[in-house]
Amino acid sequence: MSKKVNFVIDGKECQSEEGLYLVEAAKENGVYIPTLCNYEGLKPKGSCRICSVKIDGRLTTACTSPVQDGMKIENNTDELNEVRKEIIELLFVSGNHFCPACEKSGNCELQALAYRFKMMAPRFPFAFPRKEVDASYPMIIKEQNRCILCKRCIRGIKDEDGKRYFAYRNRGQDSLVVPDRKMMAEMSPEKAQEAMDICPVGSILVREIGWIEPIGTRKYDKAPIGSDIENNQ
Amino acid sequence: MSKPVIATTSLAGCFGCHMSLLDIDERILPLIELVEFNKSPIDDIKTFTKQCDIGLIEGGCSNSENVHVLKDFRKHCNILVSVGECAIMGGLPAMRNGIPIKECLREAYLTGPSTTANTSHIIPNDPELPMMLDKVYPCQEIVKIDYYLPGCPPRADLIWETLLSLITGKPAELPYDVIKFD
Ligand code: SF4
Ligand code: SF4
Repeated sequence: MSKKVNFVIDGKECQSEEGLYLVEAAKENGVYIPTLCNYEGLKPKGSCRICSVKIDGRLTTACTSPVQDGMKIENNTDELNEVRKEIIELLFVSGNHFCPACEKSGNCELQALAYRFKMMAPRFPFAFPRKEVDASYPMIIKEQNRCILCKRCIRGIKDEDGKRYFAYRNRGQDSLVVPDRKMMAEMSPEKAQEAMDICPVGSILVREIGWIEPIGTRKYDKAPIGSDIENNQ
Repeated sequence: MSKPVIATTSLAGCFGCHMSLLDIDERILPLIELVEFNKSPIDDIKTFTKQCDIGLIEGGCSNSENVHVLKDFRKHCNILVSVGECAIMGGLPAMRNGIPIKECLREAYLTGPSTTANTSHIIPNDPELPMMLDKVYPCQEIVKIDYYLPGCPPRADLIWETLLSLITGKPAELPYDVIKFD
C-alpha cells in the first residue's frame, strides 16, 4: 500500500496516493484541472500550460507536478482562468479554426475549453497562416490548419514494435506534425480511429466519415468539459 | 420615452444570422413592441435616418464596401454587436485568407472548374464594383466592437437574450448550450 498524502485545492481538503500527478490526484477528489496536451496513459509533457496552477504560490503545470503532502494549490481562480483563456485564444488565432466546417466540432477539446472559459472572441488578431490539408494517405486526412502541436499523436500512436506513425518537422512557427508515409500505407482502420480519437482537435480525420453525430448529441453540446469530474465528488 | 432603435446589416455573410434573428419565432411580436428598426434589410431602410442604440453586424469585411458600411454603423450606433462567426473571425469567406488575392481571382474566374460560362476570360473589373481586400477581416480588426455573439448562426435564444438585456439593462441569462461556435 502506498502512502496517502493530504493537500488543499482552493480551500478544499483533498487526499490521494503519494506520487500521483496533481491533475490525477485532483480528479480523484472531484476537482477539475483543465488539460489539453495531457492524455491519460501518456507521459505528461507540460507543453500547453492550460493546467497552470499555483503550488504554494508558485506558477507551475499540474500535469507534471507530483502531489506532495501539505501542498496548497490554487486552481479555479480568476487570475489562473484568465491565463488559461489567453492560451486558448492564442491557439485559436495562430491556426485556422473554422468550427462551423469542422468534423470535430462538438467533440473538440480546444473548442470545449473555449466554451468553458467563455471565449466570445479572441483578444488577439488572427494570423491566418497558410496551411495544408494533406489528404494523401489511405486511411486519414491530416488537417494542418487545426493542429495545435500537442504531440499526443506522436507520443501515443505506435505499432507493435513501438514505431511511431507521426513525427515532428521544422521549428518555430514552421513546426508541423506529419504522418510517416511508409507507416501510413500500413495503417489499419482501428489505428486510424485511435489516431483521430487521441487528437484533441480536428487535425487527424478518418477518411470518408464526418458529422456522424447530430448537433445536440455530441460530447460537449450540453455540459462543459470537466463537468463529469466535478459531478463525480 | 422613445423606443430603442436597432440597425442591422449583412457584410460578408450569408444572411444566416438574420435568419436566426427571425428564428425567435413569436417573440418577434414583443420585439417590435419594444424597439424600432432603422437601417436594416428587415425593413429595407437603406440609409441611416437617425442615431441608433444598437447595431447588429453579420459578416466580416471582404471588400471596400463592407469596410465603408461597418464604419458607417460604428458612427451611427452607440452599441455595436458582432453577430456570428463571420463577423467574429471571418468565417467561411476567410478560408481564402493566406491565399494571395490574385490566385483566388484566377481560380474563381479563369481556371476553376466552374468558369466555363466566362467565355471572354475576364476577371470582373467594372469601376462600380467594390475592391476586394487582401484578406477577410474580422469586424473587431476594423472598428471597436462592444459585444460578440458566437455561433454559425448564433442561436436565436442567444440573440433574443442579448437584445433583451441591452434594451432593459438587466443581465443576460445565458445557459451553457446557447454559446456554440457552429
Ligand atoms: S479543431 Fe476544434 S477549434 Fe479547431 S475548428 Fe475544429 S472544432 Fe473548431
Ligand atoms: S495532430 Fe492532433 S494530436 Fe497530433 S500534434 Fe496535432 S493537435 Fe496534437
